[in-house]
Amino acid sequence: MTDEVRAEWPLYEVFVRGKRGLNHVHVGSLHAPDGALALRHARDVYTRRNEGVSIWVVRSDAIAASSPDEKDPLFAPSGDKVYRHPTFYSIPENVPHM
Amino acid sequence: MTSAVDEAGLEAHFEATIAHKDRIEPRDWMPEKYRRTLVRQIAQHAHSEIIGMQPEGNWISRAPSLRRKAILLAKVQDEAGHGLYLYSATETLGVTRTELTERLISGAQKYSSIFNYPTLSYADVGTIGWLVDGAAICNQVPLCRTSFGPYGRAMIRICKEESFHQRQGYELLMTMMRGTDEQRAMVQESVDRFWWPSLMMFGPPDEASPNTAQSMAWGIKTHTNDELRRRFVDMTVPQAEALGVTLPDPDLAWNEERQAHDFGEVDWDEFWKVVGGDGPCNAQRVAHRKKAWDDGAWVREAATAFARKQEETADHGGAPTTPTTSAGPASRTAEEETA
Repeated sequence: MTDEVRAEWPLYEVFVRGKRGLNHVHVGSLHAPDGALALRHARDVYTRRNEGVSIWVVRSDAIAASSPDEKDPLFAPSGDKVYRHPTFYSIPENVPHM
Repeated sequence: MTSAVDEAGLEAHFEATIAHKDRIEPRDWMPEKYRRTLVRQIAQHAHSEIIGMQPEGNWISRAPSLRRKAILLAKVQDEAGHGLYLYSATETLGVTRTELTERLISGAQKYSSIFNYPTLSYADVGTIGWLVDGAAICNQVPLCRTSFGPYGRAMIRICKEESFHQRQGYELLMTMMRGTDEQRAMVQESVDRFWWPSLMMFGPPDEASPNTAQSMAWGIKTHTNDELRRRFVDMTVPQAEALGVTLPDPDLAWNEERQAHDFGEVDWDEFWKVVGGDGPCNAQRVAHRKKAWDDGAWVREAATAFARKQEETADHGGAPTTPTTSAGPASRTAEEETA
């Protein structure tokens, strides 16, 4: 077997829009030689029962992701800003529609 | 470099995540043994789906009607899909698809022993749906809450589809039971052959399952093999009665005190024999998979070469020969939405 076959088809991440009005949501991944075939494979693997109206595929190595190691420093700045939440503000009971 | 102190801290964090019933995700730190256990279990599960296409695929060309053929094709296609979901989940743990396929073919990784039994009559398609997929559902529903995120998500997708598998099988058997005496005898004969191997699908008895305790502590498994086996028997007995078949176990009886069924002992010698490679179809199943893998090599190679050529053409500013490769996901979606 040649090295070309031994080297796998690249990995693609698959995102499906369940119906109009919703975001595309990550549903899984698959291997394909290129984007066009990745879309076809995604149709067969992830939408056999009307699970979607639109599919995105993107090569996994093209995704920039935050690292689990930096989770704390990355998200810490939002941790102490309770005033960003509506519950931070006390409004008297008799004030309606708020 | 990870020092021993860091490692202890990481392990404590991992244990705390498990204790909170939170999920572990692929890029989180995890103990090497947790990773190895998952690779072994998910790969075995994936291989089972892929090998599981063969016994039923055997009947696609001989299904008795177009309706039954369409159903069986859809079901076997689902098994392929389930294998692919699970291979993807396994790959998040740092193994490649090629390695997994090679380990299946070399025998280094196992698949469920049930698929080493032959499908001798068309009734077996129904029995596999009812009993084999029924046992699989029993095993898989608790796995939707397993501690490793990608495995749980794959199981949720699979469980949604398994229900169709079980119901089509049971309906097939009900149809045959409404037929001739000969058809009813075919159903009973099939159930007689598949009942015990179905009980073996839950794995060895708890006292012979050394990995269970650790897997439960890590939240990979949530029930022992024997618990799930008993649950399956209790669920299946009334289904057998409704169908009008007997289950081939003289010791099977309702135990009023325990509010559960007593049943006979599985032939564990047979189980270990089949797991060890000496079942009726082991060699045939693996040889068939190997042939498909080898015969498909030129397709994988050609598709890779074509993709590379398209990429080179695009890099040199030339127009691609087909419009599909120039349309990325975003532009394609925009087209669909404005269409």
